[in-house]
Amino acid sequence: MGQPVQSTIADGVAEPATSAPIVVRNLTTGYRENPVLQDVTLTVERGSLVGVIGPNGGGKSTLFKAILGLLRPWSGTVLIEGSPRRPGPRIAYVPQAETVDWSFPVTVHDVVLMGRTPRLGFLRRPGPRDHEIATEALEAVGMQEYRDRQIGELSGGQRQRVFLARALAQEPSILLLDEPVSGVDAVTQHQIFELLERLCQRGITAMVASHDLSCVAQRFDQVLLLNRRVVAYGPPEEVLTQELLNETFRSHLLLLRVGERTFVVEDPDHHGTA
Amino acid sequence: MGLLDLLLEPLSYGFLQRGLVAGILIGVICAVIGTFVVLKGFAFIGDALAHIAFTGIVVAFIGGFAFYLGALVAAVLAALGIGTVSRRAGISTDTSIGILFSGVFALGIVLASVGIQTYTVDLFSYLFGDILGVQAADLVAIALLGALVLLVVLALYKELVFVSFDPVVAEAAGLPGGVLQMLLLVLLAVTVVVSVQAVGVVLVVAMLVTPSATAYLLTNRFGRMMALGAGFGALSALIGFYLSYYLNVPSGGTIVLVASAFFLLALIFSPKRGGWRRLFATPAVR
Repeated sequence: MGQPVQSTIADGVAEPATSAPIVVRNLTTGYRENPVLQDVTLTVERGSLVGVIGPNGGGKSTLFKAILGLLRPWSGTVLIEGSPRRPGPRIAYVPQAETVDWSFPVTVHDVVLMGRTPRLGFLRRPGPRDHEIATEALEAVGMQEYRDRQIGELSGGQRQRVFLARALAQEPSILLLDEPVSGVDAVTQHQIFELLERLCQRGITAMVASHDLSCVAQRFDQVLLLNRRVVAYGPPEEVLTQELLNETFRSHLLLLRVGERTFVVEDPDHHGTA
Repeated sequence: MGLLDLLLEPLSYGFLQRGLVAGILIGVICAVIGTFVVLKGFAFIGDALAHIAFTGIVVAFIGGFAFYLGALVAAVLAALGIGTVSRRAGISTDTSIGILFSGVFALGIVLASVGIQTYTVDLFSYLFGDILGVQAADLVAIALLGALVLLVVLALYKELVFVSFDPVVAEAAGLPGGVLQMLLLVLLAVTVVVSVQAVGVVLVVAMLVTPSATAYLLTNRFGRMMALGAGFGALSALIGFYLSYYLNVPSGGTIVLVASAFFLLALIFSPKRGGWRRLFATPAVR
């Protein structure tokens, strides 16, 4: 649509729109008979980097699936750029990584090129321009030297970066990342957040979910504390208080550093299941 | 008699020519769909569809219409049913498929013995395959249905690969994941129907799985796996055809034995370290 023909990963600008990219109103949804999210309301402004923090099972992935249109609201609405319809390639999703078959015969470049699939539409094969975009996306995450490796040969952090590159190759205006820094070393965490900050400066909106954001919490523009319902939503310095974090995580100790300050909070699912 | 004579002699008979062409076509089609079958762990579904197609054939014989029609309707309906059931989480898909297909197959066996006294021999050939029984009309059906399968795979190649590798993200990116999964099962059903006459209900699954698994051991690229698999499938049909002719043994079994021999060779000489271990250790990833 408004995508300039010559736009690249490095200098592309997300299309302007009048309405906020993500508007969630009174959303209640879940799986089968069990509601996971209850009465969630939030508005995400264009170009903001939003952290979604909460315990495992607190509904972070469920919120993402609802925003992606993979899960229908039981009640309430989800509007993406003003529309309640499924957003398609405008949103790119990087899930928690352990769901694919790592022995699948695809290389790193093949995986990133998959990001072009929804942009190309049916019957069209990727052309030189698509390969170029895939290469730029791999460079943006610093994985270009691994392009011909089979995906299963990479470490956990490297796989996450490749999936981030695939998301970038989709040229989205909204990015949803589920636990992108779990099992990733500190240097890579830092690189991923620098990249996210650059993307947000260009008008891309990003939401990042995590149950442990000890190093990066202060880098968000907004933080959503989520445990089945919205505990708090606002700038990190307002939201990341001992009281609100306790309310979010309830029981079990967890150390959380925000800038200069360190909090001890309790995480009921610290060793639990997702 | 020289080698050339040995190769050409069987081809002087029309039914042998047709058998050879049918075998090669089926080898290619099965391996193309087999690539998805191996990677997605659909072997059991393929086996089930073949057994259900048999009952479709029996019904077609009793009803007096073309057996392809009976087999196609039965297998495609079963594929749609399996696709619907497997999308619902929490149900043990293997068990429901097992109950469904053995029940339908049993019905086919009983119907065959009750309903068609004179055709039992023909039906027996569907169980174990009779590549030399392929008529001109059958060959046309194999070619047309096979071309349809190949065209659809070619047209939706990148979508099918994306959905097979990462269904969640493919769907999140706006691809119709459910429809594509269903389409893959329908293509599998058509492939099974096309192959049943030549290799038989019992051995269809071998043509779906063995050449593609052989290719999987030799490459890390999806496209190459498909192409190599098609090569192994066609070659197995070719070699198996001649062996069965000269040794006077059943064609379906011989072709599958040749395919298995290729697999064993690849297993021994595979450059992909641990590839075989991954092949056998990886549970069906859906």
